[in-house]
Parts: sequence; structure tokens; C-alpha cells
Amino acid sequence: MNGFQIVVCGSLVPDPLQTLEPVTTPQGPGLKNETMLPSVLDPWSAHALYEAANLAKQAAGSKVYLVSLGPKAKLQQLMMTVAQKVPFELVALDGSASGFTDAHGVAAALADAIAAIPGLDKSRLLVFGGCASASRDASVTMQLVCERLGIRDFFAGVDELKVAEDDSFTVLERIEGGEYLASACKGAPAVLAWATGNLPEPPNNPQVGMANMRGVMPSLMKAKPTPSGVGGIAYETTEIPPQKRQTRIVKDASADEIAKEIVEWINN
Amino acid sequence: MSKTLALLHTQADGSLPKAALETLAAAVALGQPFDVAILGTGASAATDAIQGCGAATFYTVDDPAVAQPRYATDTAAAVALIQAAGAELVLAPGTSRFSRCLPGAAHRVGAQIDTHIVALKAEGDTLRAQRWFYRQRILGTFSRAARPWLLLLDSGVFAPWQGAAGKADAQAVAVTFAEDDQRTTVTGVQKPVADAQTIRPDAKLLFVAGAGWTKKQKDGQFHVGDASTLILDFLGKTQASLGSSKSLVDIQGEGQETLSFMSHMNQVGQTGSTPRHPKGLATCCHGEEPHAVGWRFINERRAVNLDPNCGWAQGKADVLYVADAFEVMTKVNALL
Repeated sequence: MNGFQIVVCGSLVPDPLQTLEPVTTPQGPGLKNETMLPSVLDPWSAHALYEAANLAKQAAGSKVYLVSLGPKAKLQQLMMTVAQKVPFELVALDGSASGFTDAHGVAAALADAIAAIPGLDKSRLLVFGGCASASRDASVTMQLVCERLGIRDFFAGVDELKVAEDDSFTVLERIEGGEYLASACKGAPAVLAWATGNLPEPPNNPQVGMANMRGVMPSLMKAKPTPSGVGGIAYETTEIPPQKRQTRIVKDASADEIAKEIVEWINN
Repeated sequence: MSKTLALLHTQADGSLPKAALETLAAAVALGQPFDVAILGTGASAATDAIQGCGAATFYTVDDPAVAQPRYATDTAAAVALIQAAGAELVLAPGTSRFSRCLPGAAHRVGAQIDTHIVALKAEGDTLRAQRWFYRQRILGTFSRAARPWLLLLDSGVFAPWQGAAGKADAQAVAVTFAEDDQRTTVTGVQKPVADAQTIRPDAKLLFVAGAGWTKKQKDGQFHVGDASTLILDFLGKTQASLGSSKSLVDIQGEGQETLSFMSHMNQVGQTGSTPRHPKGLATCCHGEEPHAVGWRFINERRAVNLDPNCGWAQGKADVLYVADAFEVMTKVNALL
């Protein structure tokens, strides 16, 4: 197996435990106190990054890049934790990471950044990303990147990638009903949008962090301002529909009584 | 109103999936003239099955190359169909097949695309769509002036179209596939490594298991085996679909003993699915994700857990039973 150039697309999203409140800004919809919200690496992109690092370990000579579009200051904060996970070289783009931006513009910026990576060898290129972001949640950006890079093989909702000695590979993609579509591909280049994969989150490794940060800071310094707005989307409303329910709390009933009530409810 | 196309695909047996019939119903409901295009095995016969839908023209691609749900060939076929119909507005089901390929097709025809659409409303020349942002937390209503515009509709939103079959006289559209379009070969469909098929999208009930099933119980011991038996027994008797909290499937990834039939495929919430079922029963679940995100499209919700102050069950569930899930589910299974 020869080395790959594995480019992971992934950015930041608000920590899932934060309460989000939509507001209107001059640029379109946004989140209240958006710049102050704690951020995490987009969960599915994080899985893609861990899978990329795992593949790079198996294929000697591989290199992992993380292409990330987000506000520069927030990317810097994010890298303090993400950089400790696995080795990668950051390609930073300074722009909005809002979920209300148009995927077409974001994909164009990501594809341009990938194409501009020095020494990029398309015959060894695997582009990874999440199958959807936890912000826009559109599941279209990676396909648009794929088209812009002129790559013909794309896989969505990937949970497993196995590369053979001849560099061909097999993929399992999530489909309906909890099943997998199994495919075999002749090899790179390809774009894979990952679901959760099969790897746990790597523990923090300060040595990896220190090595990564040598490249992270210069990358952030030269991060290109990247306008990414709502594009042609005309938003009328963004709202949190009322979800509060009047919960009936059953505290002192026996297991028999509760079971009877649940069974009646199921059967009705 | 823009020239509208309902773009559908067949399943391996040549029939149209339920999601395709839902999309067809959405196209009919717009109340405007529309065409239908179908790709996949048996596409021509599939147009006959929906001949009574009122479409002006039917288009098909049933080349052997699209017998497999493969990105490159599906994208090329979808482009050919959209161009043959001269479509400005394309409605398509948000199946795994179309979610994979239609963003690429949109790029090739210079179209805009939006996915996970949960509502459509046409007013004159304006079409308003709704979808969720930030994983089912914020609902947005929007429109686009640009055409072509592709919209992938979420399954379960529209009632499937029902109507008469007939002779549709579909126009077969020729597609020239590039050699590179077939570098990938679909080798089959696999079920996840699991003791049983536990994901049932059409089930009336979603049963969500939380990490509490794998924790020490009141006797100070783990009872993972008992939990497995109870849950599988319940699923067998109710034919419910099984969901999981993230923490439960993460335990498996960390090498701890857990429920062997549970995988990331079962996960609901932030990095899992947001399934649609009429009822949901959560057990031993304490996080926000199963309740706020995973339950977004569950109509009636009940929960069993030991914490009466569970902040995520209160206000999210209709009924919260404060009880030991092991005891309750044993009794439930006996009654079932």
C-alpha cells in the first residue's frame, strides 16, 4: 500500500450542549452570542479526521491535512484541543462557520483550498469529511467539493474503508433500514463523507499537539479571508418552535402498574 | 410557476420506494403542471404504476449502469433526466441514493440544491420551503429565486401518492457514461453486525435505550446480559425500532461490555438519526440528545428512568415514569 494524501474537510460547530437562539444579523440569520459560544470540531468531521489518521498510520508515506473554514480566532481555540488528537497539517480559511451559509459557496472555497495544497497528487488523493455538519446539516458540501475537484467516486455515510495492497478499496455506506451498501472502488482519487466510522475518540497526546501547533499557528496567520454568506437563499424566518410538553411524572406507582399503563399505551 | 419535475428512482425489485411516492404526492399538491422522471431498474414499468398521477410527460433511464446505486452513474443519469425535462424546479426523495448523487447533479446543471425539506408552500411564482438547521434545533423558512432548484424531501412528511396505473408511454433518455463512471462496483447490501435486525423505519414505536442499562444496578452488579434479553424480547414482541443514546454506543467503542446488538447505526441524536415514529419510549436515558434531537419527530413520548428531575425528560416527554427500567420492562414483556 502506497501513501495517500488525505484531506479532511471539517470546521467548528457550537458545542451540542449549548442552547441556541436564532437572531437576525445584517448578513442574514445567525445565533445569539455566536462569537461567544463554545465550539467543538463538527462531530462527523471529527470521525473523518480520526479515520484519516488511522489510514495514514497503515499506509506509510501518507499525510493528513485538515482544511477548516471558520472564524480565525475560534479556529485557534479549537486547535488547542483538536491538535492533540492526531497528526495533521492545518489549512485554515478565515470565514463564517454559520449553519445558515450556502453550501455552494463553502464548497467552492474548500475545493479551491484543496487544489492549492502544494505538491497535491490527485492520483493519491482521498478527500474525507463528515456526511453532514451539525450546523447546516445539508449533506451536500462534500459532493460539491467532489465535483469541483473533478473526482468521479463519492461515498456517503461511510462507516468502513478497507484499502487493499493494490490500493483499491472497499467501502460500507449507510443506507435505509440500518443496512450497508458495500462497494469496491479501483482506488484514489475519491471523496468519502463519513458517518461515525468505528474508531473511538483518540486520547489527548501533548506531543502530537506540540508537533501540530508548529504548523497550526503559521496556517492561522496566513488564513485567507473567505467570504461565505447565505448566497441565493432568501430566509424568511428562523425560529425555535415551542417544544415544551406538560410532563406527567409518575413517581410512586409499582412496576406492575407502570407496565400495565405502558402496554395499554403501546397497544392503543 | 417554474417547470416542475418529480425525479424518482426505483428499488432493486423495480418498484418505487415509499419516499418516491411521497415526493410524487408533494409534486401533485403544488397544483401546477409537472413531469415525472425515474431512473433505475424497471423505470419504464414504474412509470406505468403511477400513470394516473397527472404528470404531463414521463422520462426514464433504465440503463444497466443505473441498476446499481453508484454516485457517478446516478449523477450522470439524473443530469440527463433534468436536462431532458428542461426542469427548473426538481422535487426528489431524500433517500440515501439521491442524497448521495443529486448534489453532484445539481452542480453539473448549474442548479441550487436544498435537502431535508419538511414543508413546501407555493404562492404564485414563489415556492417557500422549510428545513431544520443545527440538527433539528432551529426551523428555517426560505425561498430561492435562482433556477434550476433541486429540493430533496424528507421521508415521512407527505402521505404517499395513491392512484391508478396505466400506460405511461415514457420517453427513454439516453445517457453516455464515461469509462471513469464505473470505477466503483456495488458488491451487495449488508446488515450491520448485530444479533437481529433492530432498525425498523416503519415501526409504530421507537424504543430508545440509554447507557443506564449497562451501569451497576441497585445490587451493585452489572446486568448487561439481562438487559440484552429484556430489550430483545421487547423488540420481538412489539416489532419496535431500536434507538440508542450516544453514550451507550460509545461504551462499545471504548471496549466495555455492552449490548452486543447495538451499533452506531442505532444511535439517535446529534451524530445519529432523527427518526419519525408515532410513539417513543426512552429507558435509562439521561442526555439531551435522545430527548431533544432524537425525539424531534416522535409524536407521543414516554420515558422510564430513576431521576424524577431529569431535565431532559421533563418538558420533552409526555409521561416520565420514575422507576427501575429492569423491573418495568420485565413486567411489560410479561404482559405483552
